[in-house]
Amino acid sequence: MREAILFLIIIVAGTGGELCVTRAMKDIGEVHDFRPAALLRFMRRAFLVGWMWIGIAMMTLAFFALLATLSFENVSFVVPVTALSYGAGAVGAMLFLRERISLQRWVGVLIVCAGVTIVLLTKH
Amino acid sequence: MTESPGFHFKTYFLVLIMVIFAPLGNVLLSKGMKNVGPATHWTPFELGSVLLRIGSSGYVWLGVASLLTFFVAYMLVLTWADYSWVQPASSFSYAMVALLSYLLLGEAVSPVRWFGVAVICLGVFVVGQTHPRTTAVKA
Repeated sequence: MREAILFLIIIVAGTGGELCVTRAMKDIGEVHDFRPAALLRFMRRAFLVGWMWIGIAMMTLAFFALLATLSFENVSFVVPVTALSYGAGAVGAMLFLRERISLQRWVGVLIVCAGVTIVLLTKH
Repeated sequence: MTESPGFHFKTYFLVLIMVIFAPLGNVLLSKGMKNVGPATHWTPFELGSVLLRIGSSGYVWLGVASLLTFFVAYMLVLTWADYSWVQPASSFSYAMVALLSYLLLGEAVSPVRWFGVAVICLGVFVVGQTHPRTTAVKA
């Protein structure tokens, strides 16, 4: 039960956090000016958007949940589960950000998911 | 979907910055923290001393700067590109880590790991063939 809750937090809060940051960026709109002063203005604006702070809080929660899980669970078990965040990200982007995900993009996401699992498993 | 001038160039350029600076930042932070060494007694005095060593480590500052660069690039690209495109595309950083470890540090990379890298590259290629933006974006 404890593992299931922590896995849920890692995937939902981690991906949800990134989706919230994306939402904040979409509220700001496309950046065209990349000069240093303009980038500083962009950063200031970004941190004034509520979604940005919700996103950072959720990603922080996910990070600590990952650390907690790794303290008692094998990496070989944790990693494939966290790789599910690629799939969760695509679902979240479709539902929360209204992105249109083609079949080709779905296939690509699933292949990446498998590749990341293989690479991370060979690390330990 | 209307595209701003240089749309593809700036998208791929920022993803390139992301896949270089995220692993670089992690490697630099890791190297910096290994030089600092672990706290053994966790007394306030020792923790203060460890914090001081962290603050005076060039590797740690370079690592933080690299990760900040990654995060700014990530934020910028998300102002116009889809999250469902950027997220898998940025996983190319795993391939970058394997390549840098092999070429610069001379580390052995197992065949299974190269296979995983190849699978990631294939996935990134498939995602990369789709348009980076499928939603309307504020100009």
